[in-house]
Amino acid sequence: MIEHSKLIQPESEPTTVESLDEFLETTASAEPLTFGKIAIRRLLRDRLTIAAILVLGILVVLSILAGVISTHVLHWDPNSTDLMVTFQTPSSTHLLGTDQLGRDQLTRLLFGGRVSLAIGFSGSLIAMTLGVFIGITAGFFGGIVDDLIMFFINTLQSIPTLFLLLIIVALFSPSAIWLTMIFGFLGWMNVSRIVRGEVFSVRERDYVIAARALGSSELTIMLRHILPNIIPIVIIIAARDIGTLILSESALSFLGLGIQPPTATWGNMLSKAQQYFILGPHLVIFPGLLITITVLSLYLVGDGLRDALDPRLK
Amino acid sequence: MKAYLLRRLLQAIPTMLAITMLSFLIMRLAPGDPVLLMTFDPTMTRDDRITLRHQLCLDRPLTEQYFIWMFGNEECDTNGIIRGDFGESFYTNRPVIDMIFERIPATLELTGTALALGLIIGVSVGIYSAVKRGTLFDNMARFWSVVFDAIPAFWLGLMMILLFAVTLGWLPVGGRYTLVSDSNKDIFDHLKHLLMPAFVLGTSWIALFSRYVRTEMLEVIRQDYIRAAFAKGVQPNKVYFWHAARNALIPVATVLGPAVAGLLSGAVITEQIFSWPGMGRLALNAVFQRDFPLVMANVIIGSTLVVFGNLLSDILYVFIDPRIRLK
Repeated sequence: MIEHSKLIQPESEPTTVESLDEFLETTASAEPLTFGKIAIRRLLRDRLTIAAILVLGILVVLSILAGVISTHVLHWDPNSTDLMVTFQTPSSTHLLGTDQLGRDQLTRLLFGGRVSLAIGFSGSLIAMTLGVFIGITAGFFGGIVDDLIMFFINTLQSIPTLFLLLIIVALFSPSAIWLTMIFGFLGWMNVSRIVRGEVFSVRERDYVIAARALGSSELTIMLRHILPNIIPIVIIIAARDIGTLILSESALSFLGLGIQPPTATWGNMLSKAQQYFILGPHLVIFPGLLITITVLSLYLVGDGLRDALDPRLK
Repeated sequence: MKAYLLRRLLQAIPTMLAITMLSFLIMRLAPGDPVLLMTFDPTMTRDDRITLRHQLCLDRPLTEQYFIWMFGNEECDTNGIIRGDFGESFYTNRPVIDMIFERIPATLELTGTALALGLIIGVSVGIYSAVKRGTLFDNMARFWSVVFDAIPAFWLGLMMILLFAVTLGWLPVGGRYTLVSDSNKDIFDHLKHLLMPAFVLGTSWIALFSRYVRTEMLEVIRQDYIRAAFAKGVQPNKVYFWHAARNALIPVATVLGPAVAGLLSGAVITEQIFSWPGMGRLALNAVFQRDFPLVMANVIIGSTLVVFGNLLSDILYVFIDPRIRLK
């Protein structure tokens, strides 16, 4: 079999240094590079993104191990109160101090991260799944199906999301699982819109027409030929979306509408923050700092993945 | 052109109808009896409630209730939201629409300042970043635009209060003006109250506009007419700000429409943190108190503004850029 890359590459003129590097790497290696390998190579060269991935990884591991760390390292329980030691500033016994009920802040931050991250990741997973499914349906069938779906999307997007969330959450006071589902069900519209656009461009490509000519069923074409082309863009949106969801959840919890105490989330740890300005500024600083670092990392990872997976979008 | 405008306008009608239906449904499906919430009177008998329910037409089928709420009905004592009658607040018993109109000046003052900050800072940073691409300034600007996006607005607000109001004592903690007689005429006092909330609200716009303008500007700078301008010896600054920026700013119009809509529907979180007496805070309190008529009015007015904001930016776009009309 003739090697693909060697056939095509010499004719195309590398214009930038980056593509020249890639060109040299491609011709130097014995086997042709796949799309995935090129993307990973690009990603590894992007130091900021790697740093963001590492920070994110550490945060995820810390919150998964929250239980182990709190019992074996910190020796504190996230919900046990001690009114003798309220509003303590950071010290060797309480590394990040204690809150208004004498609970250890670091322990609560670890457990809070668990809730915030879990809601962000699973809410986004629901939104992406729905978004991809609906977007592909709209883009693939077109016509009346597309018109109806787009009308639905436009209507939902016209209602200010925060408002809709506030109302639903205030009226139904949902549990954490329901809250995640609500985030998912309110978050798919943008994904659908983008996926639909992608499908429109992909379905006209020659290989899809070829597949159709070969007699592939609609379902096969959708799943085997169109879906794989859409995955990169969905991954890019997902990274940002998780960040946005964490922001929304923390805003809701801050307003006292999201996850209810004693369960800690980064947002509801700040819900009484205005009262702590004098007594314990450390209670205002750390939860917000963690939200910012997490969301910032997710946004940077999103940008990095975009550059690696789809340089056209840069 | 006329046909385009007409078509876009007509498209907005079903969207608006769907929004009213959706908000009506959410409210009616919510747990809790509106009559109980409305009266708050423990001495009320069951019969009284039934009578009141009948007077308010809450005993009719849901579809009929929707039409009454939309278009009004003499018997049920409502003119319908289509004539601006959103009913009376459960708590103050005043017409909801009046309560909202009272809050408009405060909201416009805050969001208008924030948008102006966002536009001025965002656009200048965006243009300068593109011109100085790859420099320290450009990298810093890009980094901060991501940071501004990632900081939760409420936390940024809290931190600023902690620093500038509590620790340094330079600025007031919240409110629109100091509550002493005649202080609302003191413009300096007013500005001091406005500064922090406007900045907090403006950060996301600064981030948005600077990124947007930078990308567009980089696109425009590559065009032949820019090279031509340089070749004929025009001053670089004139090329950037006169030839290039004018065209780079066109797409900003598309973001501006929704931004203006957001401007009017208020800023729930920022207003809450800084106790700013605007529409957002009114809406949030309505949600907390389950003041259904007020909540519904807020949702519908807010969504209408978004629909028309989008419409406006589409139209504006066609006006500014004649190339689109030709397509």
